[in-house]
Amino acid sequence: MSGAATLSHAGCAEAPVLRERGQREVFCGLTGIIWLHRKIQDAFFLIVGSRTCAHLMQSAAGVMIFAEPRFATAIIEERDLAGLADANEELDRVVGQVLARRPDIRMLFLVGSCPSEVIKLDLSRAARRLDRAHAPAVRVLAYSGSGIETTFTQGEDACLAALVPEMPASAKAPALLVAGVLAEVVEDQMRRLFDALGVGPVGFLPPRRARELPAVGPGTRVLLAQPFLAETARALEARGARHLPAPFPLGAEGTTGWLRAAAEEWGVPQARFREVTAMGEQRARAAIARHRDVLAGRSLFFLPDSQLEIPLARFLARELGMRPIEIGTPYLHRAHLAAELPLLPRDALLSEGQDVDRQLDRCRAARPDLTVCGLGLANPLEAEGLATKWSIELVFTPIQGYDQAGDLAELFARPLVRRAALTV
Amino acid sequence: MQLAVWTYEGPPHVGAMRVATGMQGLHYVLHAPQGDTYADLLFTMIERRDRRPPVTYTTFQARDLGGDTAELFKAAVREAHDRFRPQAMIVGASCTAELIQDDPGGLARALHLPVPVVPLELPSYSKKENWGASETFYQLVRTLAGPQAPPPGTPRTPGAAPSCNILGPTALGFRHRDDVREIAGLLGRMGIAVKVVAPMGATPADLTRLGEADFNVVLYPEIAGQAAGWLARSFGQKATKTIPIGTTATRAFVQEVAALAGIDPAPVLAAEESRAAWYARSVDSTYLTGKRVFVFGDATHAVAAARVAAEEMGFRVVGLGTYSREFARELREAAARYEVEPLVTEDYLAVEAAIGAAQPELILGTQMERHIAKRLGIPCAVISAPVHVQDHPARYSPQMGFEGANVLFDTWVHPLMMGLEEHLLGMFREDFEFHAEAAPSHLGGGAAAPAAVAEAPAGPADWTAEAEQELRKIPFFVRGKARRNTERFAAERGLASITLETLYDAKAHFSR
Repeated sequence: MSGAATLSHAGCAEAPVLRERGQREVFCGLTGIIWLHRKIQDAFFLIVGSRTCAHLMQSAAGVMIFAEPRFATAIIEERDLAGLADANEELDRVVGQVLARRPDIRMLFLVGSCPSEVIKLDLSRAARRLDRAHAPAVRVLAYSGSGIETTFTQGEDACLAALVPEMPASAKAPALLVAGVLAEVVEDQMRRLFDALGVGPVGFLPPRRARELPAVGPGTRVLLAQPFLAETARALEARGARHLPAPFPLGAEGTTGWLRAAAEEWGVPQARFREVTAMGEQRARAAIARHRDVLAGRSLFFLPDSQLEIPLARFLARELGMRPIEIGTPYLHRAHLAAELPLLPRDALLSEGQDVDRQLDRCRAARPDLTVCGLGLANPLEAEGLATKWSIELVFTPIQGYDQAGDLAELFARPLVRRAALTV
Repeated sequence: MQLAVWTYEGPPHVGAMRVATGMQGLHYVLHAPQGDTYADLLFTMIERRDRRPPVTYTTFQARDLGGDTAELFKAAVREAHDRFRPQAMIVGASCTAELIQDDPGGLARALHLPVPVVPLELPSYSKKENWGASETFYQLVRTLAGPQAPPPGTPRTPGAAPSCNILGPTALGFRHRDDVREIAGLLGRMGIAVKVVAPMGATPADLTRLGEADFNVVLYPEIAGQAAGWLARSFGQKATKTIPIGTTATRAFVQEVAALAGIDPAPVLAAEESRAAWYARSVDSTYLTGKRVFVFGDATHAVAAARVAAEEMGFRVVGLGTYSREFARELREAAARYEVEPLVTEDYLAVEAAIGAAQPELILGTQMERHIAKRLGIPCAVISAPVHVQDHPARYSPQMGFEGANVLFDTWVHPLMMGLEEHLLGMFREDFEFHAEAAPSHLGGGAAAPAAVAEAPAGPADWTAEAEQELRKIPFFVRGKARRNTERFAAERGLASITLETLYDAKAHFSR
């Protein structure tokens, strides 16, 4: 594989990063609620924001909005802007309304938005007040999902970071904590692999039920399942946990590297490790190979969206032979990507932040074979003759682990297969 | 604060985007935080536009709030002008920028750009999407057509061929694309020239020529009513009042337009054929008579749909409502005609409750009512925004004009036919060749998947086997109602069990 050749260089570990700022065509952190509320089954997310926030959630959630979702917006109105005391009373009333309607809720998140933060509505204080009022039935926490503070997946980071102080303190015995929302099917696969390796006990953050938080303490080793968890990792480290550096579990190579980080920490013998992972890795490689013909040699351009761009580019370059031209990410966390950056091809341009018009100029000039971008840009670029893969699907679809590696490759192959198939 | 899961309308700056995106040669600079660009995908995905909306967002972040957001805004305006070279620009603030109180109009003016810059004041915490579209269009028309306005009192010089403007269509409008084509065609057949269609398709330069037409055709009063009023005052242009949705309304529209243009409507009326009118009279449509219909949407479409339902389909309107507070008066007047309680609300739960109480057999509404209908098992058709991607169809499907009437007939009757088909299949389910385990005869072997029919759990009073059996014979889409009514009837009378007699007593009691 071409991977070995690029590995001998330092990859992109020391490459300069193009930092831009200007218009950013990205979602805010509120959108994280859409997958977080599916995962934490007894939590409710109450955004304190404007009609724009409600409209964003409605547009991003699509038909999910009709399925009695466990999120809503307390829309700030003109009279709430008059005085802060009034706004707090109003918030208490709305929270009462929500909890009366949804007695199954055990945890309520007050989610800050741009408007609530600009008017300096103190949601942390409101959460403490409401927590006292509704204890012990409902725990009330607060975090920010605003556009001024968070970009897209950073909303998950902010939510998980708010959960960390709630985690019980652990005994001294070592335990593995996997941080980051994974689809349940993926979580179950990972749990089986850890069991087979003898790594454990294993806890997942977030848990499926809000009150079943895993414990944390000096014995805890943290494996990040997602690359966008800077705050969560910091909060876990503050509680004594230690981060295990690893590539992210995308593709055969990434998944093996991710599992290995835990296996090594637990002193699993190499032979045992191979025994447990060989089958999955082989299945993944076979599934990926089916898409190699379509993708190998094709150039690739990432616009920033989710922070998944760097691990995805690594997977597509090394396991499918694609050529990343520019890899844009909203935020580049060097420490968490330490195992990824050396694996990237050296000639790829790394960019952090965005000035969307300038970036599109670069994209058009490069004429990549495939552009990964958001839904606001995808159709316009298709109309210009560029094949695109819309990126949001990558946070809603199970893509991590061995058994999703083929599906992940297919997500990128499908737009190219489709373009080849259409004759009109 | 108002608790909301679903909103019928977006914030007012989305209305401004609908105007800007519909037009050409106009650029909108929106002072807004990171994330507000989500609105772009309404246009690129739901309406499937092939280019980005002409909107530049300042996308400020927390670290910018110290004080240089004004500078950020000026830089964004300057760069947008240099890059896109628009004929005119609009500038304004989204909900968050409204709170930080930079003055977009003043800041843009200070740049002395060589094109007109129209500042927008869109109060995000009290107004909504349609108001935003209306205000934006009005401000654009005032700024761009204003300088051409003659002194007050100047009589209009009669032109050679009668001409008009078509006002109101925007980006993301429900069937605006095809309504314009249908109405422009109709006007063409009447010998009336269409000078400017706006906002959709118009440039700022086109807006300066609005005063040249003899009169205005207002297709969507929610968006163009205010601008048309100003044009009437400034240029003496009269505006149409009739919304040409349905055969009768289209005929009335032709007459109204003919009167404004000073021409004879008879030739056009004689030449136009509405297939829908004949379809409604054909015997196949007899079963539509008195079908109970609940109508909800924007005021223009809801009022028009209620009229078509009552007068052209022979339905009975049992509910009428709108989310357009600005047009509550018009809706109340219409509701009085059908002797129903008018419903003016933005809360979909209130709509759901009203539908539950009215027990309609057909719902005409928005995307939201489509889902309420699905939950209640009631047939439904979409008549108004907000709509999802499937209601921006590839095929020609206007709501207005004679072809629009044909589209309405097909669209509304289709779900009822599907309901009837389901009912018939359900009735025959116990027959030997239709029962759940029977394989479809044309597919050879293999059992068909059993058609699961969810039955409501038994209520407080016990149903006798005989009554339960009889209940099953009632069409599935009214079975729930029959069960509830019967149980209520039994409960009110303290009956311990529900017999065949109770079922029919209740039916007689509740029949309306």
